Amino acid sequence: MADLKAKEVLFGPIFNDNPIALQILGVCSALAVTTSLSVTLVMCASVIAVLCASNVSISLIRTQIPSSIRIIVQMTIIASLVIVVDQLLKAYAYEMSKQLSVFVGLIITNCIIMGRAEGFAMQHGPGMSFLDGLGNGFGYSIVLLFVAAFRELFGSGALMGVQIMPLVNEGGWYNPNGLMLLPPSAFFLIGFFIWGLRVWKTDQIEDNEFKMSAHKTREAF
Amino acid sequence: MEHYISLIVQAVFVENLALAFFLGMCTFLAISKKVEAAFGLGIAVVVVLTVSVPVNNLIFNHVLREGALTWAGMPDVDLSFLGLLTYIGVIAALVQIMEMFLDKYVPALYGALGVFLPLITVNCAILGASLFMVERDYDFGESVAYGFGAGIGWALAIVVLAGIREKLKYSDVPPGLQGLGITFMTVGLMSLGFMSFSGISL
Repeated sequence: MADLKAKEVLFGPIFNDNPIALQILGVCSALAVTTSLSVTLVMCASVIAVLCASNVSISLIRTQIPSSIRIIVQMTIIASLVIVVDQLLKAYAYEMSKQLSVFVGLIITNCIIMGRAEGFAMQHGPGMSFLDGLGNGFGYSIVLLFVAAFRELFGSGALMGVQIMPLVNEGGWYNPNGLMLLPPSAFFLIGFFIWGLRVWKTDQIEDNEFKMSAHKTREAF
Repeated sequence: MEHYISLIVQAVFVENLALAFFLGMCTFLAISKKVEAAFGLGIAVVVVLTVSVPVNNLIFNHVLREGALTWAGMPDVDLSFLGLLTYIGVIAALVQIMEMFLDKYVPALYGALGVFLPLITVNCAILGASLFMVERDYDFGESVAYGFGAGIGWALAIVVLAGIREKLKYSDVPPGLQGLGITFMTVGLMSLGFMSFSGISL
C-alpha cells in the first residue's frame, strides 16, 4: 500500500470518494451549521484542522497502539484536539463559537474523523495520512460550502453577511425564501447535490433492489 | 410534573434530535433500511440517553462546573474545559457496562440489540443531548426528562423513516437519486412535517 499516489490521496475524496455523498460520513454537522457562509467556513476550518492533526498523530503512534484498545486511544486523541479548537474559538472568536454552539463539540463524534483514523491513518505513514486528512476535509467542505451558499443566498439574500439581493422589506426586490433557513432545506440541497454528482460520475449510482420491468400493454380481447 | 411533561413533548416533537438538529444522521441513514433493526436501535438509544444525560448532568454540576469543587477545598477551580473528554468517556463506559449487564441478566434484549449497542458510542445524538443539557443548564430532574424525551424522539424518527424506506424500494426512482439521494429527500419531507409541531407547548 506504500505506492499510493499523493495526488490520488489528496484529490480522490473531493469528488470520486466524497465523504458525505458516497461514504455517508459526517452528515450530522454538515446539515446543522450551513445557514450562513461565514459560520460554515469556520466549521470547515475546524474540521480540517482536527482531521489533519488526528490523522498525523494517530499514524505516528499506530505501531504502539494495542488493537484491543485502539478505539479508546483514538477517541482520546480526537477529543483532546477538539478541546483545543473549542478553546481557541472561545478565546478569539467568541460570537462565532456561540453560533456554532454544540457543533464544535460534536466534531468528536463526527464519523469522518473516526472513519479516516480507523480506515486510513492506522495503516499509513504520517505524511500520507496528513494528505488524506486534507483531502477528506476538502471533500467535506465542498459539500458544506455548496449547501451554505445556496441557503444564505436564497434564504437571506446575502453572502458572507454582505447583502447581494436587496430584500423586499428593506425596499429592495428580493422576497426571501424562508424555507431555506429551516432544517428541511439542507436535506433537499444535499439530496440534489448527490443527484448532480451521480449524474456526472455514473459509477457511484446504487443499484435498485427491485428492478422495474418494462411497461407492457396487452390486448384486452 | 407539568413542567417535565412539557419538556418531554418539546424534546420529542419540536426539538427532535434527528429532524431539527440533524444529530445521529450517520446511523440514522445507515440503519434505516428495515423497521425491525431501526426499532432495536431506537430502543437502545432511548436507554442510553435516559442514563447518560443525567449521569453527565451530575458530573457537570458536582465536579466540572466553576466552583463545584468547593467541597474539596478548591473553590476557584473551573474544569469545564474537560467537559467534552469526560462526556464521551462516560458515554463509552456506560455503553460498555450496559452491554455486560444485558449480556448477563437480559440475554434476550442483548441478542436483539446485537451490534447496535457499541455503535451507539459514536452516535452524535448521545453526545449532542449531553451538550445541549449543559448549554441549557438543566437540573437533575429536567435532565432525566430531556434524555428520555430526546431518545423517544430519535427512535420515533428512525422507525418512521425505516417504514417509508421499506415501501420506497418498490418505487421507480431516477438512477442518480437511488439509495442515498432519495433518502435525503424523504428525510427532508419528514423534517418539513415535524416543523408543523413547532410552537406547541403544554
